[in-house]
Amino acid sequence: MELPLLVALREDGSVDPDLDPKFDGGTLLFLHRRMIFLRALDEKALNLQRAGRIGFYIGATGQEAAEVGSGFALKEGDWVFPSYRDQGAALLHGYPLSALVGQLYGNSSDATKGRQMPNHWCDRAARVVSVSSPVATQLPQAVGAAYAGKLRGEKSAVIAYFGDGGSSTGEFHVGLNFAGVFRTPNVFFCSNNQYAISLPFAKQTAVGSIAVKAAAYGFPGVRVDGNDILAVVRVTRDALERARAGEGPTLVEALTYRMGAHSTSDDPTHYRSEEEVEAWRRRDPIRRFAVYLKKEGLLTDQAEAALAEEAREEVKRAVAACEAAPPVPPESLVEDVYAEMPWHLKEQQEWIREPVKE
Amino acid sequence: MATMTLVQAIHDALALEMERDSRVVLLGEDIGKNGGVFRVTEGLWARFGSDRVIDTPLAEAGIVGMAIGMALNGLRPVAEIQFVDFIYPAFDQIVSELAKFRYRSAGQFTAPVVIRTPSGGGIKGGHYHSQSPEAYFIHTAGLKVVMPSTPADGKGLLAAAMRGPDPVIFLEPKALYRTAKGEVPEGDYAVPLGKARVVRTGEDVSLITYGATVHVAEEAAATAGQEGIDVEVIDLRTLWPLDIEAVVRSVERTGRAVVLHEAPRTCGFGAELSALIQEKAFLHLKAPVARVTGFDTPFPYSLEKLYLPDALRVLGAIRATVNF
Repeated sequence: MELPLLVALREDGSVDPDLDPKFDGGTLLFLHRRMIFLRALDEKALNLQRAGRIGFYIGATGQEAAEVGSGFALKEGDWVFPSYRDQGAALLHGYPLSALVGQLYGNSSDATKGRQMPNHWCDRAARVVSVSSPVATQLPQAVGAAYAGKLRGEKSAVIAYFGDGGSSTGEFHVGLNFAGVFRTPNVFFCSNNQYAISLPFAKQTAVGSIAVKAAAYGFPGVRVDGNDILAVVRVTRDALERARAGEGPTLVEALTYRMGAHSTSDDPTHYRSEEEVEAWRRRDPIRRFAVYLKKEGLLTDQAEAALAEEAREEVKRAVAACEAAPPVPPESLVEDVYAEMPWHLKEQQEWIREPVKE
Repeated sequence: MATMTLVQAIHDALALEMERDSRVVLLGEDIGKNGGVFRVTEGLWARFGSDRVIDTPLAEAGIVGMAIGMALNGLRPVAEIQFVDFIYPAFDQIVSELAKFRYRSAGQFTAPVVIRTPSGGGIKGGHYHSQSPEAYFIHTAGLKVVMPSTPADGKGLLAAAMRGPDPVIFLEPKALYRTAKGEVPEGDYAVPLGKARVVRTGEDVSLITYGATVHVAEEAAATAGQEGIDVEVIDLRTLWPLDIEAVVRSVERTGRAVVLHEAPRTCGFGAELSALIQEKAFLHLKAPVARVTGFDTPFPYSLEKLYLPDALRVLGAIRATVNF
């Protein structure tokens, strides 16, 4: 069973009229700016980690079109159940950069009190749900959130992000099966970046595509070029509209490539060749979009360089604001376990305040 | 007051809470049209509709995962796991997701889900219908663990769990579902979590337990009374957070403690109770804290009666403690 790969941005810089989301110039430039910004964020965060200023980072370099395209397709009121690599979509959905950088530092500038390692952020106001490390656990949760909205008659959709590795989990099956049975307003967005840490996609599944698996759950699966921002926006927007209209879930597989390491703790030279990476570098989603924008007369080389510089400055300002914040207070260790602190945690808080009793 | 079985009392709490709060939904396997394999939810599907009494596909991780998402988005879900022995496929969703949302988001996201599940032995169910895994959940920061032993507490504790802000593992002693009958207050009734109940007062030894073994404890205490040993029986009701004051107050007075549960011995909740008692009441103790528990084996089928603590074993521990 083969599903066609949907492509809007053609090699020659033209756009397939059937898939063109038909944005005005301002919107196109906005999408481009956000992708450049994400790349700058990754560069800065990797440098911060190497310099020992933050402990860890998970980048999405190479996946900017999938992130920005899908995030842009969301509407206010939609819920996002992200994985740890979806900062791009979260930022598009209203997660403030200052909060994201604060979370990387895990100091008192972190709205989540330094509770989790970097890339495990959340924002209640933006409806961006707290990230966990075990992959795909968010999929059945996203079904529950969608069910709740549907029960109240709301017209919002719930998007859940995961990767090719996540598609092998029991929770993938459980989540999609439940969504199919209950026809919940879900979009399951798989960034198929070809690797789950070291394991190539071919060893993750024998069927060659994640999207085809939707057939087993009774709803459509769509395969889209994940390095083509116009196609990603279009496909995600259509899936979200379907969800909001009560037509049930969609599985979107965005074919892309993780240009960098899995995380700052990983060295991909152990498991893949430079030739392979180089081949994907030629399909860089930002460069590809820039070719189109320049062809349309919307972007110049000069303006492009200025955008990158602006993005670096914006990240730098956020870093400066967060880095100076004091550490999280020790007493906060035992807060937020329960709504009210029970006796045993009060007791343990006393041990923090006074480790040695005179 | 009405006389009810434990099943009826739990049903009553579910029906009343669904009536008073439209955010309450039930989900689980066979709980809808069929009313649940123990008939706890009988009639609720017809009364509240299939949107609020939800028959799910057969997948525990899905039931709990879905309940979490519902709670994140404003519902008050009560998930039924058909037997607690089937809860392990949902273990990750419970210990790393449900229990951790409040902490990992610093209070931005909370998941007030109640997981109801029949627990314990006594129905000739063998290994996969008899386990007592409460220690796993007590060990998990962020969960409350509750186990009633009477119909009145079944109703009142469940109502409190469903109204509370935290996730609760609500263990229902299935051996008592139809054997425990008692007076239950009608209408709105909640028993606050975290408060133990003194089942009977006594001066010589504190017998601390919960769930089905409360009745074993009462039987043992009656027999001990005939031998002139005055036993105080404490039903913890909420296992965690523990009513430490009630435990310490009792042991300080009696100077002796026997802890009793069906679950296996090693690293069972009795071990924690024993440690807490010696930490907090050491100078009052006249004897080591005794434990009466299940065995460190898988739960057996044919030898179930041998496995489960009975009044005789409890009596043995009471005598040994008093005669230490």
